[in-house]
Amino acid sequence: MTDNVQQAPKVRKKFKFRLTRRAFSYPYILFLMIFVVVPLVLILVNAFIYDGAFSFQNFADFFNVGTSKGLSVLWKSIVIGLMTTVICLIIGYPLALILSKMKAGKLLILFFMLPMWINFLIRTLATKAIFDAMGVTLGMGTVIFGMVYNYLPFMIMPLYNSISNIDKSYSEAALDLGADKMTVLVKTILPLSFPGILSGITMVFIPAISTFAITEILSDRQIYLFGDSIQNMFSQNMYGVGSVMSLVMLVLVLISNLILNRFGAKDESGSVVL
Amino acid sequence: MMKRFDILKKTFSYTYVVLIMALLYAPILLIIVFSFSGNARFSFSQGFTLASYKEIFSSDSFDGLMSALKNTVVIAVISSVCSTILGSISAIGIHSLRKKMRTIVSAVNQIPIINSEIVVAVSLMIFFSTFAFPQGYVRLILSHISFCTPYVVLSVLPLLQRMDKNIYEAALDLGSTPTKALFKVLLPNLVPGIVSGFIMAFTLSLDDFIITQINKGAGTGIETLSTYIYEDARVKSISPYWFAVFSIIFVVVITLLLLANIRKLKKSEDK
Repeated sequence: MTDNVQQAPKVRKKFKFRLTRRAFSYPYILFLMIFVVVPLVLILVNAFIYDGAFSFQNFADFFNVGTSKGLSVLWKSIVIGLMTTVICLIIGYPLALILSKMKAGKLLILFFMLPMWINFLIRTLATKAIFDAMGVTLGMGTVIFGMVYNYLPFMIMPLYNSISNIDKSYSEAALDLGADKMTVLVKTILPLSFPGILSGITMVFIPAISTFAITEILSDRQIYLFGDSIQNMFSQNMYGVGSVMSLVMLVLVLISNLILNRFGAKDESGSVVL
Repeated sequence: MMKRFDILKKTFSYTYVVLIMALLYAPILLIIVFSFSGNARFSFSQGFTLASYKEIFSSDSFDGLMSALKNTVVIAVISSVCSTILGSISAIGIHSLRKKMRTIVSAVNQIPIINSEIVVAVSLMIFFSTFAFPQGYVRLILSHISFCTPYVVLSVLPLLQRMDKNIYEAALDLGSTPTKALFKVLLPNLVPGIVSGFIMAFTLSLDDFIITQINKGAGTGIETLSTYIYEDARVKSISPYWFAVFSIIFVVVITLLLLANIRKLKKSEDK
């Protein structure tokens, strides 16, 4: 890898100015092909290999609900993911709205993002320790709490960005034209912050369904979600079904990104860095 | 009447903000406070004690913890330096690509960012085992470079797009060689993006759990801080000495982040 990087300046000398700069990207293009494209192609290939031969058996296994390995786990994950997303949205939207109106909002948002930079595993274990000490039985409730706790900042950030970017004159115009504050919120701010809402939903929902380890820790290994199951499949050497599940996850990611691009919500997510 | 309602609303708003903030920080603060209690029951029945902190150094797992810390830092330094170099150079290259090619490369560059981490992790695992990459450090560092570099590219590219093309060309017109113009004109302009890309890559690598956990290989015995914690703490309930370790991590991370953002904080205070 490092060799590639060092080669770049050498290549430079051979070409004239325009071409040279373009050549700077060639090592990385190669790198992307090897470490991003090829691994994904391998997943695709593995999804069709069963017992060393081409087959649709892995897909059949995945869609066979009785095995409780594929579709049923996905369904459970989607339900938990949706609950997490809705709770995050309900908590996050008023918060983003309040913060966007406060002078210190920009500063406060930094403090809402801070905990995110502590490893999620440590935060989850800390929450678990507290639940243990309080004698709370671990289960669905604690899992949802843990997920909301973990993903709430991902919801607040895009919502805050999108609400605070709304031109104030829109709300002022609505007020001048006789709308009361509630109407302004519902008819002006809410629709204008739609890209932020969409972005927040994706940034919570997608990681939530593919979550790994959080549910395991906070449910005392009773609840396993899609992310955990993908890992389980591979650790049991069931590469085929594991690959099918990864493909499903990949499709979900691509669909959500298509939707985001379509509504121009991409930029709303902002930098997750402080 | 209206005024009283406004005050009520304001109080309610502030309470709400404080409440959510408190909820987010509660686990962190509780762990820090009770790291001085010497037990994991969240009670000060034994009074104030540094026992948990002493236990870090006396427990059998001290060596394991230290080697995990060392691995975490080594992997983060190597992979973030490599990602920063690779990412910055290629951002310059990507910027000068033709539009169609640039769109394709940018799209592929997005994949590791938007993709769910578990899928990135297993795809790399299949890839490494298919082509028999040596287990351990090689796999871990390569995988970390592959998920960190896209972020570096993304933080350098906007600066290139915003940069005045004429500056670079003026340097050439004034007799500078392209190499000299690159180092004296182009690169200095990109420094903010390169630095934030580096910080991003470093923190992402430090923070990573899923990709490391899946690609570390069973036989190598290489653990980073997060995988070590996972192996140790998920099985048993969390022993008091983890409270002390977590507290140290909390304080270090939050201090570093505040330091890194102090300029930004000051700026927003000025406003």
